[in-house]
Amino acid sequence: METKKTSLYQLHQDCNAKFVEFAGYQMPIQYSEGIVEEHKFTRNHSGIFDVSHMGQLFIYGGEDLIKDLEKIFPLDLKNLKLNHSKYNFLMDKDAGIHDDLIITKTKEGFLIILNAACKDNDFKILKEFLEDKYKMVLDENRSLIAIQGPKSSEILNDVINGVKDLNFMSGNWFTFENQKVYITRSGYTGEDGFEISIVNDFVDQLTRELINKGSKLIGLGARDTLRLEAGLCLYGHDLDKDKTPVEANLKWAISKERISKGDFIGSDIIIKQLNDGVSKIRVGIKPEGRIIAREKTKIFNQSDVHIGEITSGTFGPSVNGPVAMGYVENEFSKKNTKVFLEVRGKKHPASICSLPFYKKSYVKGVN
Amino acid sequence: MSEVKYSKEHEWIKLDGDVATIGITKHATEMLGDIVFAELPEKGSSVEKDGTAGVVESTKAASDVYTPMSGEVVDTNQAIVDDPSKINQDPEDSAWFFKLKIKDPSEMDTLMNKDDYDKFAKETSA
Repeated sequence: METKKTSLYQLHQDCNAKFVEFAGYQMPIQYSEGIVEEHKFTRNHSGIFDVSHMGQLFIYGGEDLIKDLEKIFPLDLKNLKLNHSKYNFLMDKDAGIHDDLIITKTKEGFLIILNAACKDNDFKILKEFLEDKYKMVLDENRSLIAIQGPKSSEILNDVINGVKDLNFMSGNWFTFENQKVYITRSGYTGEDGFEISIVNDFVDQLTRELINKGSKLIGLGARDTLRLEAGLCLYGHDLDKDKTPVEANLKWAISKERISKGDFIGSDIIIKQLNDGVSKIRVGIKPEGRIIAREKTKIFNQSDVHIGEITSGTFGPSVNGPVAMGYVENEFSKKNTKVFLEVRGKKHPASICSLPFYKKSYVKGVN
Repeated sequence: MSEVKYSKEHEWIKLDGDVATIGITKHATEMLGDIVFAELPEKGSSVEKDGTAGVVESTKAASDVYTPMSGEVVDTNQAIVDDPSKINQDPEDSAWFFKLKIKDPSEMDTLMNKDDYDKFAKETSA
């Protein structure tokens, strides 16, 4: 299959991007300044991420759609306010995760943002569950960019007036050059920021205007270090079909109301795990010293017994040291538990730590 | 006068008498991106030509560092372990990796000169 390009491909080239293939798309891994500088610029200023490879699924419907989606997602969608968003997951019947996603209630129905590598499969699964009752559009005509970092609100508001009044995890329609754009206050970096859905033909112009106001394009490399410092999961690494949301330590995202009813896909397993506990669980791991423990690194306890594996690990530029996440047997998941990581044949000390590694307060909004 | 040669694994080596100083090339650092971790061979250990003698890691991935000549490690550069970003800043001078008391000076002949290396680097990265 031919590699796809996003509508910002020319702009990435103009900014000297190094490209990698990711989920069937040519995506910028970094630009000329490099991952560390791009990461720090996002934390201190404002960075723009092309996430147009991600799926933007619009499902149209009313009360019936809400009822049907509640059979799929463990969310209280009935009481979700208009234009408000929730983080959630698409699970199989064993509560394994097909994808993690953000779902937003719109006037016409719901907008679901899906991972690029999963979107086509998600679409099929959802279409089948919903028995073709609703209009579903995985919109290829819209691009998606994220603008993240402390100066982003000011910069974006200069271009699209009114966005600074959005609350965290809520959105609305705005206009840019007479085009309807849907903007949510959200992101995946641990910084305040926005995600902007805009038709392909206008994304280049919007992005260039944001750059002119002082923001910069940031590649997937820094997106990874930013999200890992923020303790956020990457599908296909920290989450997959062999892990449940409870094991992934994401039970905060499951609605209590829905647990009490227990009528969604995977609810039997979720309820059982919430009551009885889990055997493995996702934790933060901080290596001592500078050693970097990457994905698949084996984790051992103090008696040299293999107790788990790293699922994401890198160098955190804002932490100025290595950071990692992984799954360990539940009894070793307590904060400050000493563990050992096997890197290149040698065991290096590390400890279980709480997430995130880097914390900044999100803007909860002005209202 | 000291002589500088280059390996296909993108190391440079500078020979002064029977002591060689080894590091990675500017081209290598540009390929790797921001270097955030460096591991060096132990002082006093022996290394064999083309064997691994260290590791560098960027934010993206880990890469082995090879030694272009055989010998005994007589010195290592702790400064780059403490601050690996120095390798990106000055790879072919102050950010050297280790020094060897060499075993066989003729191994130098198997390596490339600057012009040949530059050509090689350009071809392999294209």
